[in-house]
Amino acid sequence: MGTVEAPEQTSKSKTSNTERITGAEAVVRILIEEGVDLAFGYPGGAIMPVYDSLYDYQEKIHHVLARHEQGASHAAQGYARACGKVGVCLATSGPGATNLITGLADAQIDSTPVVCITGQVASSLLGSDAFQETDVIGISMPVTKWNYQVTRAEEIPDALAKAFYLARSGRPGPVLVDITKDAQFGELDFDYIKCTSVRSYIEKPKLDLSKIEEAAELINNAERPYILFGQGVILAQAEKEFKTFIEKTGIPSAWTIMGLSALETDHPLNVGMLGMHGNYGPNLLTNECDVLIAIGMRFDDRVTGNLSKYAKQAKVIHLEIDPAEIDKNVKTTVAVLGDAKESLTELTKLVKPNSHEEWLQRFRDCDKQEWEKVIDEELHPKSEILSMGEVIRIINDKTGGDHILVTDVGQHQMVACRYTKFTQSKSNITSGGLGTMGFGLPAALGAALGAPERTVIAVVGDGGFQMTLQELATIYQTKAKVKVLLLNNEFLGMVRQWQQLFFDKRYSSTEMINPDFQTIAKGFYIPTNKVTERYNLEAAIEEFVNHDGAYFLEVMVGKENNVFPMVPSGSGVAEIRLE
Amino acid sequence: MDKQEFTITAYTENHVGLLHRITIIFTKRKINIESLTTSESEREGIHRFTIAVTETEELVQKVVKQIEKQVEVLKAGYYKKKEVVQQELALYKLRTDSLTNGLEVERIVREHGARFLTIEKEFVVIEKAGFKRETKALFDELKQYDIVEFVRSGRIAVSREQYGLGKQVEELLTVSQ
Ligand SMILES: Cc1ncc(C[n+]2csc(CCOP(=O)(O)OP(=O)(O)O)c2C)c(N)n1
Repeated sequence: MGTVEAPEQTSKSKTSNTERITGAEAVVRILIEEGVDLAFGYPGGAIMPVYDSLYDYQEKIHHVLARHEQGASHAAQGYARACGKVGVCLATSGPGATNLITGLADAQIDSTPVVCITGQVASSLLGSDAFQETDVIGISMPVTKWNYQVTRAEEIPDALAKAFYLARSGRPGPVLVDITKDAQFGELDFDYIKCTSVRSYIEKPKLDLSKIEEAAELINNAERPYILFGQGVILAQAEKEFKTFIEKTGIPSAWTIMGLSALETDHPLNVGMLGMHGNYGPNLLTNECDVLIAIGMRFDDRVTGNLSKYAKQAKVIHLEIDPAEIDKNVKTTVAVLGDAKESLTELTKLVKPNSHEEWLQRFRDCDKQEWEKVIDEELHPKSEILSMGEVIRIINDKTGGDHILVTDVGQHQMVACRYTKFTQSKSNITSGGLGTMGFGLPAALGAALGAPERTVIAVVGDGGFQMTLQELATIYQTKAKVKVLLLNNEFLGMVRQWQQLFFDKRYSSTEMINPDFQTIAKGFYIPTNKVTERYNLEAAIEEFVNHDGAYFLEVMVGKENNVFPMVPSGSGVAEIRLE
Repeated sequence: MDKQEFTITAYTENHVGLLHRITIIFTKRKINIESLTTSESEREGIHRFTIAVTETEELVQKVVKQIEKQVEVLKAGYYKKKEVVQQELALYKLRTDSLTNGLEVERIVREHGARFLTIEKEFVVIEKAGFKRETKALFDELKQYDIVEFVRSGRIAVSREQYGLGKQVEELLTVSQ
């Protein structure tokens, strides 16, 4: 082989002239080059040079000072999910960096493009347990798609170029670049070239047309085909191609919580939600379809329930960008690797126009049962006690379904996702994979800043709200028009529900004696209202939705209401309970 | 599915921290790594991981895909026992004065296809390459002479295929140039 030089590890596009600047300034200039005009973060010793440089570029980059780094990380996620751009988040070393970890883990499991930049102690101090030193590279490794520690100013352009490319390409995810303080102070000849490929990384697998043919063959011969779609449709911006595909084939389609809003709620082929608190038909009929077509979803256990009782009768087609997802949980018959947009375009060409009226009717029959046993009462309760569902129903009426829904985690999340009507994509922002309480409020802030033209409604529970409510200050400071709906049941509702159903009603540490949330919101200068009875609910929601600016509405809902249907954990999807 | 011995091979960039990223995949699933070796590969600048595990094939397949998914990994694959030529190296240090019957030790060393790496005034070091069971057999025989130190390297292995993964790495690098 001789002396062949190892080829460049990354390829680059575009060139420019060099200029001598500090590492810190390079960081800011790179953010601008990458199209970042908004970043979330929190300053501290080890990242001060970067903040100092941000001061010079305030016109180009707006820095949002969160009130906790976890808040900054979820805000960056909310921003990315609402507008599709990479979310950026800055923090100092040590506690600043460790506070980011929950956000990174959330972004990792929900494939959200986020670039985190952390300051680090000077390189000469690395490993010495210096003040505010933590091994953020080690700690963040399991929860990042990629991370890198920069110890010299000259490394900054390449490291950040790679960071942005990796965060947004292929299956997106969070990346972290840790920059020592001396690298921020040090100088470099600045020349920024965006990264367009990394030789050891395959952005998207090349489409194998023979797999498309095999998939089409199965679909064309199927009697009861069934589609499960996930966030992959949204991430690939394949909403249009997806709709064309289902309309041509007439296949009933159900969504995972991460796929929600990729297809409008009222579409005749949208049969509803999968999973533990999903709809009755979509779960039950999973075990009756003959061909199961999974598109950009990963068969999370919240979706599949007990795998040994999951769709055993079906041939499975899996359209997926990440080879590691194939056969991870459910064995596929045909795996179509690639970007959902490309795969769906090709697949649509080969499938025959069809309709599955009888099969679709089965879903409608299930809907009817679910309506009678669950939905009607949830949306139009006969009891005097307010339900979460009726609040959501009125919000739908008032917004017409074109708002962005951001939820926290718990019963309110399930109810809001089940009953909100969506008319456009990228409208549901929730912590699906990690189930992070405290996600909702900061993510809504990020969403409101990422999609300022849209109405953003954060639906939160009284438990999760108290995990990150300090971000009300950030909402006040940025004037973000976040509407916060607190569904207060004075319980950690979802856990209480499990205690009621599976632990003999032993309510161990789930009841909360809460603070006065009205006073809290007022303390943050946010207009508030509280509803305890039905007669003024509608007017309050009207005001909530139409108010121009942030607003806090608290609704006291049934303390011991439950979310149904439910697939109890350990059960199969067909064992879904309506009561 | 039954557990069996597998050798996982990964061709990678030489990147600080990649070792940690790869071991995390095993830790997450609580899989015990029997041995792990990294070294240069046949291609300049490309490193090679060799990981020995005893697991079910289904799990090994999943793990290999997750290894290959790491940004700095070029290619990963796995082999069953019969599909590789493998080797381990063991070193045995004995006190020179405990070899009361030098001839006897020499016979053992010869019979096991081992050799004296060094003979000093205070101690001798014996080296043996082979399967674990072979290095273990020598260990058992030398035990009577009081082994002061013993160490065995991780497994290294090359595939019995004509080209193996290296060929695919070659192709990947040609495409990306
Ligand atoms: C950070 C975190 N801690 C704990 C949990 C476990 N958990 C899931 S739902 C839930 C209760 C949420 O209560 P609340 O925010 O009041 O919402 P509700 O279920 O009442 O609507 C808890 C504690 C979690 N998901 N996240």
